[in-house]
Amino acid sequence: MILGQADADLLERIRTGDERAFEEAVRAYGPGLMRVARFYAGEGAADEVVQETWVTFLKTLDRFEGRSSLRTWLYGIATNIARRRRSSDARMVVKDDPAVDPDRFWDETGPQPGHWKRFPPAWNEIPDERLLGDEIRRVVEQAISTLPERQRAVIVLRDVEGLASDEVRDVLDLSEGNERVLLHRARSKVRRAVEIYLEGEDVGA
Amino acid sequence: MSVPRMTCRELVEVVTDYLEGALDPDEAARLERHLDNCLGCRNYLDQLARLRELVGTLTEDDVDPEAAAALASAFAAWREGRSM
Repeated sequence: MILGQADADLLERIRTGDERAFEEAVRAYGPGLMRVARFYAGEGAADEVVQETWVTFLKTLDRFEGRSSLRTWLYGIATNIARRRRSSDARMVVKDDPAVDPDRFWDETGPQPGHWKRFPPAWNEIPDERLLGDEIRRVVEQAISTLPERQRAVIVLRDVEGLASDEVRDVLDLSEGNERVLLHRARSKVRRAVEIYLEGEDVGA
Repeated sequence: MSVPRMTCRELVEVVTDYLEGALDPDEAARLERHLDNCLGCRNYLDQLARLRELVGTLTEDDVDPEAAAALASAFAAWREGRSM
């Protein structure tokens, strides 16, 4: 996605030193940057990452050529900063752990090898105010924040922030295949965390 | 030649490719045939869809006023630097 007209106008106003235009940009993109930074760099470092992102944005404003959307560009700056700050930034190996515990399926000696021993419960009987309520939101947030770094970055950008998958690849500089593997691991783990939580509550089990 | 039926264990590993529209058409058809016959996997897909909706709502917060003030001075400093 390239730079839209509204953002191009906004950037032009910022370039001329219009303070209001900068505030508009902060209001529009600040909350998203904060979430990205929080999930990516942790609660403690998020404020600083966002602050540094805006400073870098201003410094590099004149070099920005508008080949991506403003959001993609800003998220790219923020993830680079967050990544540099992380001490344990060892390149994560995509572990091939299964999406679902293999024990949930019949093995080769079972009546239906490879099929569910017990079906995952339908969640459609759980009322929305519960499934979309604060407790489960916290479970989801907790699950996301404990994911390995790149899985967390992908699910935050794709599912929390709603970027298109090609934008996610641009921001994080990932191949198409890699991006989907990371997204797959991330979504599977978040689902598992919610399932465990609901089973503990004996809902739908 | 008959294609082997997809198992549930297989389905949960290709489901993201399917939802992202990246599964090749033959595989997607195999997956859909499986879904037609498997309530457990339909539940699984439904869970993922609901979670996606939930995760997409984790977005409601505003800029903290203190951070906004710090940014305003950063902007002023930047502007001053430019006019020099």
